[in-house]
Amino acid sequence: MKKDKKTIGLGQNLSVEGANLWYGDFQALKNINIEIPAKQVTAFIGPSGCGKSTFLKCFNRMNDLVEGCKINGKFLMGDVDIYGKIDVNELRKNVGMVFQKPNPFPMTIYDNIAFGPRTFGITSRAKLDEIVEKSLRQAAMWDELKDRLRKSALGLSGGQQQRLCIARSLAANPQILLMDEPTSALDPISTGKIEELMEELKRDLTVVIVTHNMQQAVRIADKTAFFLLGELIEYGDTDDIFTSPTKEQTERYITGRFG
Amino acid sequence: MSVRKYFEEQLDNLKTRMVEMCRMSEKMIENAIQAIENHDKELGKSISQTDKTIDEYEMNIEQGCMRILLKQQPVAKDFREVSAMLKMITDIERFGDQASDIGDIVSTMSDDGYVVKLAHITAMGKLAVVMARASVDSFINDDERLADEVIAMDDDMDRLFVKVKADLIELIKQDGANADQAIEFMMIAKYLERIGDHAVNVAEWTKYYLTGVHKKF
Repeated sequence: MKKDKKTIGLGQNLSVEGANLWYGDFQALKNINIEIPAKQVTAFIGPSGCGKSTFLKCFNRMNDLVEGCKINGKFLMGDVDIYGKIDVNELRKNVGMVFQKPNPFPMTIYDNIAFGPRTFGITSRAKLDEIVEKSLRQAAMWDELKDRLRKSALGLSGGQQQRLCIARSLAANPQILLMDEPTSALDPISTGKIEELMEELKRDLTVVIVTHNMQQAVRIADKTAFFLLGELIEYGDTDDIFTSPTKEQTERYITGRFG
Repeated sequence: MSVRKYFEEQLDNLKTRMVEMCRMSEKMIENAIQAIENHDKELGKSISQTDKTIDEYEMNIEQGCMRILLKQQPVAKDFREVSAMLKMITDIERFGDQASDIGDIVSTMSDDGYVVKLAHITAMGKLAVVMARASVDSFINDDERLADEVIAMDDDMDRLFVKVKADLIELIKQDGANADQAIEFMMIAKYLERIGDHAVNVAEWTKYYLTGVHKKF
């Protein structure tokens, strides 16, 4: 699958050392150190404002777009420093992102998926057809949508739109998929489908998800990281975090006794 | 203030019921010992009457724990607490079962006097009551040290059992006519020894609840 892929040599494991991030004077991340393994699902949990989404966005350098944002520390994907001399567009091609609210483009289902590959310069109709089918199959939507490819993506249900957004991310053939509360606006059936999808996707991809749903983290994540006030408080195997956390703050948060 | 007041109330309520269940089981063991000491067949027979209530407690606490798992989806220490309780009540119920079994033996013993010396058996009985109580107390009071003590007490229990067994073998060797009674006391001793094992199980679950590690001793 990865053979024909143009890469900038990024690995699928993420390694962060001494990361700090400021929005102006406000320090949103404080000395974060973490090793996120390849081809596993890692969940970031923590109360609102703890820095988990900010940290997630460091991996595709979305914070670069925020005015007054300053980052230091080392962010490695494999051996490559993603804040070093690399092409940010290439980075973002390799690191897909799915947001809380489904955000399909106001165009057809087909064009939504083909949008990325077209911007990367793919114009062959046959090639685009192939990518669209493959991406929709990967997102377990092909059978559902194959007869509606020319319809507007905005006509899909919220759950379908979100899975379409995942398929759109996959069209770029990324190595890592970032998901920021991808199911918080969805019903339980759609949520279940996306959770199943994550299980499938981790065969090929590293998945990092921010979630407020503790049970979701228990269900899908191999590793869980708990953030509080910009610090990484505890990180480990999900089973350990949710049965025997070592830090009092983690215990209080996940058992709902926080504050 | 905790934001899970209702959840904590439910848990406390279950723990209270578990203590009540344990106190009833202890009383059954005490009665069994008393029935042995006084050769009180009526008392022995009456012990199993409490068994039904103990079973109801077990069912009731079990349902309560399962309801909490379903509705509250506890994690971390809460999860360990509820899981530990679900396991412990089986052992507490067994305390009562063993006491009933002892009572039944006493109630059917012949009216002839004992040829067996009771000292070691009575010591086992007293130790069984202490272990049963301490095992549940260790859980209720988050007392890992007490749980360790219960686990250590089981060695004393085993030593007493070996002594009782040796005494009874000696008795049979002395006179084959002692065999009937000796065998009955052998069974009583085994039941008491089993109570010790169940108390150790409860103590192990206390340690799991407190440390997250479940280890068999």
